[in-house]
Amino acid sequence: MHVVRKTSYDQDMRLFAHRGVAFWYGVLAIAALLAPLALNTYYLSQLTFVCVYAVAGAGLMLLTGYAGQVSLGHAAFLAAGAYTEAILQAHGIPFVLSLPAAAAVAAALGLAVGIPALRLTGIYLAVATLAFAFIVEEILARWESVTRGNFGIAVDTLAIGSLRFDAEWKFFYLALGVLVATLLAVRNLLRTKTGRALVALRDSTIAAQSLGVHLAWYKTAAFGLSAGLTGLAGALYAHKIAFISPEQFTIMVSVELLVMVVVGGLGSLHGAVFGAAFIVALPQAIVFAKGVLGISGSGQAAVDAGVFGLLLLLFMLYEPQGLYGRWVKVRYYLEVFPFYRRATFRRQKTYARTERLQ
Amino acid sequence: MSLLAIDNLSLHFGGVRAVEDVSFRVEPQEVFTVIGPNGAGKTSIFNLISRFYDANAGRIAFEGRDITAIAPHEVAQRGIARTFQNVELFEHASVLENLLLGRHVRFRTRLPFELLFTPSVRAEERAHREKVEEVIDFLDLQHYRDTRTGSLPYGVRKVVELGRALASGPKLLLLDEPSSGLNNEETEEMSFWIEDITQELGIAVLMIEHDMALVREVSDRVLAINYGRIIAAGDVESVQAHPEVVRAYLGE
Ligand SMILES: Nc1ncnc2c1ncn2[C@@H]1O[C@H](COP(=O)(O)OP(=O)(O)O)[C@@H](O)[C@H]1O
Ligand SMILES: [Mg+2]
Repeated sequence: MHVVRKTSYDQDMRLFAHRGVAFWYGVLAIAALLAPLALNTYYLSQLTFVCVYAVAGAGLMLLTGYAGQVSLGHAAFLAAGAYTEAILQAHGIPFVLSLPAAAAVAAALGLAVGIPALRLTGIYLAVATLAFAFIVEEILARWESVTRGNFGIAVDTLAIGSLRFDAEWKFFYLALGVLVATLLAVRNLLRTKTGRALVALRDSTIAAQSLGVHLAWYKTAAFGLSAGLTGLAGALYAHKIAFISPEQFTIMVSVELLVMVVVGGLGSLHGAVFGAAFIVALPQAIVFAKGVLGISGSGQAAVDAGVFGLLLLLFMLYEPQGLYGRWVKVRYYLEVFPFYRRATFRRQKTYARTERLQ
Repeated sequence: MSLLAIDNLSLHFGGVRAVEDVSFRVEPQEVFTVIGPNGAGKTSIFNLISRFYDANAGRIAFEGRDITAIAPHEVAQRGIARTFQNVELFEHASVLENLLLGRHVRFRTRLPFELLFTPSVRAEERAHREKVEEVIDFLDLQHYRDTRTGSLPYGVRKVVELGRALASGPKLLLLDEPSSGLNNEETEEMSFWIEDITQELGIAVLMIEHDMALVREVSDRVLAINYGRIIAAGDVESVQAHPEVVRAYLGE
């Protein structure tokens, strides 16, 4: 186990707690950069999906994992980003402008939901965002003059100037770059005033307010930022799948995104990335399992939905810290072996807080 | 001019008159204590000052300015900080982060710069960290700096909550039952801190407290309420000896 000796205040502001951590992130960065050499096109493509999903995951993690607001409507923000990107590109707007525009449109939509949702929490907020996503899905299908309705839009190969992202490895590097930038920005936010305020509102709204945290402003900002990042992912997603239609942004996608942050581990950015990898790997694992068990392949979508739902439930009940939490425990076990105490991570009983204002 | 002026304040929950026509003044640097049996309306007065509840009647003024209708988050900006009867810490955050949240209203950083963690943001984080360290030293919290507050013993949590309120640099501190849940030793310590807070830091304290030994030790003036109404006010001895107060505590 590594015990950190602290000698300056800046140490607590660092991105990496100590050199060992920085080292492993370096290894990870090199591995990611070398991935196109080691992986065939199919696996590289899956890894690209992980990056794209993780960007959306970071967005939803900010809202659900840190600000404590559940959203069952994030497919709508993904769609907003994807359609904005596709439509702007079709109009010849360069990517360096259309990408921020995609994020901005989604963020604006997020603010539009966030403000009326201010008074809602928990299950009510989940239902409201769910309803919102249905409306957006309907609009995408009906507003044919702009979205081409159920015909969908074919999305051209991405190009920045003369640089065309026509090979899988090129697009992978782009997605990786966007992911790293996203994670850095969110991480920065979390170690400053705004990030702390979001966590404060989640843990105790009244205490946060008594310290001067402007509830409406921060909750709305969380929605806007979260939606914006999801829109960013949406723009990449549109290029990755090259064809978008309302069917790609159904409630199932919203659930998938939520499963991603819950299974990954609420309240940790690592969790968003772990969750993204999980979401991408799961359908393949299901196909594989069905092959092994000799179940013939009808209704993959229904099986996926069932497995997602079940996992969501199991993780919430038995591993609320998600895959990341599980990983932390395993790592700790290995570090202190053979002195592991089972009680180390036992959840502490929290004090009753029924009489919140008394 | 009084620091805090409460005039004819009333708060009703349906038929329950939680606060009824209450008036009092808190002067700079004094310890003003509100006593009264459970359900008397003490916490409700705090929640009115914090602007969690809207008063049905009356006026609250701080430093001569009316704060009866400001937003809850503006109360801290004016210089009023508080603790809660049941300890409201941010349980998933460390002691350090809780205390930094105490400085929330003092931060001037803006979202776009925070996303980039610019040098100006870093400089400000550092400056506030120094202020927080002063509070940590003042309350002897060095050991717990990086501990998640959810895993701290109750007594330490109360101190952290006090520290968080102090970190905001208030002119008036509202303490809701600072000794509840503390053992004798911790209560003793709490009384020293309250004295230091008023005498060394020059902060006025408005406190709700049941432990009469603590009340006697630190209070300059005492107000007793029952069923939302003032039944006695003055120095500790006279309020404690007041027949209505005796009756309220013995129960009728
Ligand atoms: N949010 C609320 N809704 C309804 N009644 C309340 C509420 N808060 C307090 N009360 C009532 O107001 C009265 C005063 O409560 P409170 O101020 O908490 O008392 P104290 O702090 O003196 O024990 C009690 O009768 C209590 O039940
Ligand atoms: Mg009370």
